[in-house]
Amino acid sequence: MRPIIIASAMLAVLVPAACSKKAPAEKAAAQAPVTQVSAEGDFAASLQLALIEAKPGDTILMPEGTFAFTTGVSLDVDDVVLSGAGQNKTILDFSGQTGAGEGLLVTSDDVTLTDFSIRDTKGDGIKSKGADRITYQYLTVEWTGGPLATNGAYGVYPVESEDVLVQNVTVRGASDAGIYVGQSKNIIVRNSIAEFNVAGIEIENSSNADVHGNIARDNAGGILIFDLPDLPVIGGHSTRVFDNQIVHNNTPNFAPVGNIVAGVPTGTGLIVMANRDVYVFDNTFEDNDTVHVFLTAYNLPFEDERYNPLPRDITLRGNTYTGGLANPQGFVAPIAAALGGQFPAIVTDGVTRWSGGGDVELNIDIDEAEDVGFVSLGLGEYPLDPANLAPSFERPSGGKETEPSPIVLPQDPQPE
Amino acid sequence: MRHALALLPVLLVAACGGGKAGGPDLTAILDEAPAQHLSDYGFFADAAADVPAERVRAYDLINPLFSDDAAKHRYIFVPEGKTAKADGGGLPVFPVGTALIKTFAFAPDMRAPEEGAFKVETRVLIRKADGWAAYPYVWNADGTEATYAPTGARQTISTVSPAGEPLEIHYEVPNKNQCKTCHQSGDAVEPIGPKLRNLAHEGPAGVDQLADWAAAGLLDHVPDDLAPTPSAADMTLPLDSRARGYLDINCGHCHKPDGSASNSGLWLQLEETSPVKLGLKKHPTAAGRGSGGRLVVIEPGHPEQSILAYRMASTEPGIAMPELGRTLPDPVGIDLINQWIAGMEGE
Repeated sequence: MRPIIIASAMLAVLVPAACSKKAPAEKAAAQAPVTQVSAEGDFAASLQLALIEAKPGDTILMPEGTFAFTTGVSLDVDDVVLSGAGQNKTILDFSGQTGAGEGLLVTSDDVTLTDFSIRDTKGDGIKSKGADRITYQYLTVEWTGGPLATNGAYGVYPVESEDVLVQNVTVRGASDAGIYVGQSKNIIVRNSIAEFNVAGIEIENSSNADVHGNIARDNAGGILIFDLPDLPVIGGHSTRVFDNQIVHNNTPNFAPVGNIVAGVPTGTGLIVMANRDVYVFDNTFEDNDTVHVFLTAYNLPFEDERYNPLPRDITLRGNTYTGGLANPQGFVAPIAAALGGQFPAIVTDGVTRWSGGGDVELNIDIDEAEDVGFVSLGLGEYPLDPANLAPSFERPSGGKETEPSPIVLPQDPQPE
Repeated sequence: MRHALALLPVLLVAACGGGKAGGPDLTAILDEAPAQHLSDYGFFADAAADVPAERVRAYDLINPLFSDDAAKHRYIFVPEGKTAKADGGGLPVFPVGTALIKTFAFAPDMRAPEEGAFKVETRVLIRKADGWAAYPYVWNADGTEATYAPTGARQTISTVSPAGEPLEIHYEVPNKNQCKTCHQSGDAVEPIGPKLRNLAHEGPAGVDQLADWAAAGLLDHVPDDLAPTPSAADMTLPLDSRARGYLDINCGHCHKPDGSASNSGLWLQLEETSPVKLGLKKHPTAAGRGSGGRLVVIEPGHPEQSILAYRMASTEPGIAMPELGRTLPDPVGIDLINQWIAGMEGE
């Protein structure tokens, strides 16, 4: 336990310093490993000041209470812990926000965010960009008005980062993805709850991710493993999705039109789109009304020559599937109707080529219990043409011999 | 009484030995920590920061960033014996000790921006030994002292708009981190405005700005083939050039490969040539409700179907672009971009 030294920057400002050319707080904060942000006065300003004046190695402690913010706060100092008094004890309330694109923005490395809540941001909840070795833990990010298109897009939003750890967070109400990891590599998302978002958890244009032990429930779509064209980082690969409960993702899709997730059919458990080396095992799929697992190509036109729109090298094994499937929705609903009214548990679109190219071997391996239903729609290519529908119930088998290794992160020491 | 007050900080600083007879104080400029008061740097001969000190020059830009219609007064200081080195039309390599000082002012009636003008904030960018640092300073009500404000400030300003309408501005002085958000270039902080191509015109002194800098020894030379940034306000220029000039200064500081919005893949700086990276038919990545129900960033021929136009017209956080630096829409800029998109050939 490190000693707690109160570095009261606000107090220091009151000390007359007519001859000082340095900002007084600069001196007060020297060698202060722990800064307690006072609940008195303008908390938002005090917190922002503490985050600006933090030194590498510092811990910033926020007290219990609900604190109003009118603009975003940000951290740009490496190796800082920002901690509250508990997930539902320290609440940063952005319902009166009039400035900035997110609630909390982190742009430095080796940061840990822990034990607080962020509420009702106008844009994203917590964003970290270019923030390597970041840890998000014991956090709640939520929009308290329920699932609304006017909610912010992402709850927890690390992007363009290496070594990302998200654990024991709860995200509720995001109008895009609750937990979204984009254009990053080496990622763990575990033991978290994502509910009442459009997408519960989304790993996009990223590589080497373990998504496990999470509960994704009551979203429009539970978990998405996506790759999109025309972004600086493309070619997502090597994701393991295991031991998750992906349940009752039937909340009507409330994403604003124009966003990619607005196309996610309500009632979907897991979608793998345009990604490779994805291993889905030991998950529980339950009561997802459209389809439990959907493997699909990217279905919009694109010009990015680097991009492969197909899902390939995908393995599904040892998952359990119960209930749901009775009410197919979204753009796939007419296809379900053509199949007799509903989908089996696992659907692949059967798209194997794009832009006039030849057929590609997808190497999809469906290694599930015999009673788990499967169909390939056999569409061949996009754009979607119902005339191309050529359903096949024969399970593909294949898969690669070696699965990706478990992700190990430097900020997450392994037990001896 | 106002005069007596105005003198006070000058006397205090003088008493502390921070004399500024010889111009700016390099010790204060290069100190690791920011000065507590703007006056500590000695950039100006007067407390109100209207009279630049020796070697401090006023300059302006061909295209400025829109900042709620604030009047901006820009100054540059390059230490004696040092010279900025031109690097094509881009940002020159400024020597250590260079300071860029920008004061934001409003007036009771913005149709007459000089009458009763009052300063709100001064932003200082200093080239320290290890890179640029950005510091915000906020002016007191008397306009006699600007104090370091790392957390920024908010201020309600009642004025009359350039269009003659009563206007209340909930002005936001950015905090120190927000300064960096816009000034980010990779891991470094960089100035945005003073690229040589954006300086290549007649400055506030009424003479060719870059020739003047070179003659004064601030700049090593003026590149022969320098192509000035197309002025968004110059109606004699083609619409495409004006629009790209506007997007460059208002959006391109974040929307570039090493900027804060790099992950969007939407790049709007003047050098960009790829139609999809410029937003044509480009699907948004993380727009959220910023999409406004529109499908692509730019739908050629249709500003009303283009996310770019929607976000420029909004003032709501989560929708409005730029995210920082303005609380009002820029009607002139919106009109320009709408015309530009409308003039593109659709399918």
